[in-house]
Amino acid sequence: MTDLFASDIFLRALAGAVVIGLAAPTLGTYLVQRRLALIGDGIGHVALTGVGVGLLFDQSPVLTAVVVAALGAVGVELVRERGRTSGDLALALLFYGGIAGGVLLVNLSGGTGTNLLQFLFGSLSTTSSDDLAVIAVLGAVVVAAMLALRPALFAICHDEEYARVSGLPVRALNVLLAVTTAVTVTIAMRTVGLLLVSALMVVPVAAAQQVTRGFRSTMHAAMAIGVLAAGAGVVVAAEADTAPGATIVMVAIAVFLGITVAAALRRATRRRPRADSPQPEPPEVVLQR
Amino acid sequence: MFVTVPVVRVRSAHVAYEGRAVLQGVDLPVDAGEVVAILGANGSGKSTLVRAVLGLVPLAAGSVELFGEPLRRFRQWQRIGYVPQRLGAGSGVPATVAEVVAAGRLARRGPFRPPRAADRAAVAAAIAAVGLADRAGDPVTTLSGGQQQRALIARALAGQPDLLVLDEPTAGVDAASQDAFADALRGFVAGGGTVLLVAHELGPLRPVITRAIVVHHGGIAHDGACPEPAGFHADPGHDHVHPHAAEPLGTPLGMWQS
Repeated sequence: MTDLFASDIFLRALAGAVVIGLAAPTLGTYLVQRRLALIGDGIGHVALTGVGVGLLFDQSPVLTAVVVAALGAVGVELVRERGRTSGDLALALLFYGGIAGGVLLVNLSGGTGTNLLQFLFGSLSTTSSDDLAVIAVLGAVVVAAMLALRPALFAICHDEEYARVSGLPVRALNVLLAVTTAVTVTIAMRTVGLLLVSALMVVPVAAAQQVTRGFRSTMHAAMAIGVLAAGAGVVVAAEADTAPGATIVMVAIAVFLGITVAAALRRATRRRPRADSPQPEPPEVVLQR
Repeated sequence: MFVTVPVVRVRSAHVAYEGRAVLQGVDLPVDAGEVVAILGANGSGKSTLVRAVLGLVPLAAGSVELFGEPLRRFRQWQRIGYVPQRLGAGSGVPATVAEVVAAGRLARRGPFRPPRAADRAAVAAAIAAVGLADRAGDPVTTLSGGQQQRALIARALAGQPDLLVLDEPTAGVDAASQDAFADALRGFVAGGGTVLLVAHELGPLRPVITRAIVVHHGGIAHDGACPEPAGFHADPGHDHVHPHAAEPLGTPLGMWQS
């Protein structure tokens, strides 16, 4: 254990994972509220094309992935805004086109299956200090934007029409959420990989809302769970020599299960001894005859 | 001389959904201090009319002015309080009553400025005005339908608007909530507010209404005093369908006659 914390590679991996563990649920709270829990997964597919473009043209794959994923996310937002029933199929085309395009481009660039696996499932141990700097800066921007704009973003995710009548710049805020999703997906690519990114956005939120009552408390609890799962996951992965991305996600799911069971037990034990339970709700409908 | 500008002015508004005409040349001026009820059967276009007033539905032809400004250029959204028919479905994450009501301050303070003491005070006052002070910290999903509706009214009141626009505020709402709502509305009108509300039935609101509009087949069939309700079975040809299973049966008014 002590050896582990003396290792630069381990410390960089831990720091990168903790940043993602903080940033992903902060954004994810809005996505879950909007019932777009799987959007991160789709944008992750699209980002793979960006990775392919970067490898093919010998550019930084992180940079090209951010650009392509952002374009994809804005495209998704435009489809969602129009609310067409065909939007579902449009998204499927975009997502599968994204992953197929990514695989083809990586092949064309002479990349190997190992390259591909690094992006799909993460490769935390190869995090350089330059990578870490990019992750830290972008992660800080994501967290700051999501916290500072919480009332407005909450309003558009909770009730978009009301937000419109409040004069909020609804489209700009939606595009901001879309671009933030793309950025988060891309920086999380190194940690948990494109296929597991969405889990870190969604699972901590799902765990938190088992016990929280409000939006703000859900967001804060999700951030704490995200950091915990990312940190613990990296340590466990190093000790047990397992894949860090998958370990982080499994820890998060374990937290979710633990909280769910604990909350259910608490509800069950509380309900029984309470004789002075709150007075019944007034009836919804009063029948007058 | 000071000429008062109508709070709302709709001129020959046409709205169509996918080629089907819903509003066909509706004119509607609403002056300051009026409490206007828009009545009509389901599918008459009454909800579409208020949604068009707010810019939520595009006009195919005609124009809407709010406080003398064309809708396209209107920016003083803090003057409008909107109460939708029901809480949006997009609530995958819990939110407390206070958090939902606090969104009513955004039109006033904008997206970038954090809330101040005045914002918090207005939110608390609006929650108290609809009788939900003891539920402020509870998730809105644990409230009854009537209480949720009161929370939405509190959200609109929290912005201290000049015009309240309500879309079927009392549909499927229990009697206690209807009374609480009528009181809140009375207080708002006493403070000089203007109200435009879509209603299926007036119930306890009836004494507060100063003018009634009946929308029928996309046009205005009546504009004036509150029409006497026609009994549910008065019109043998009525084709009224109840949209809400939990609608109060006290005053079953399917159609309104001018």
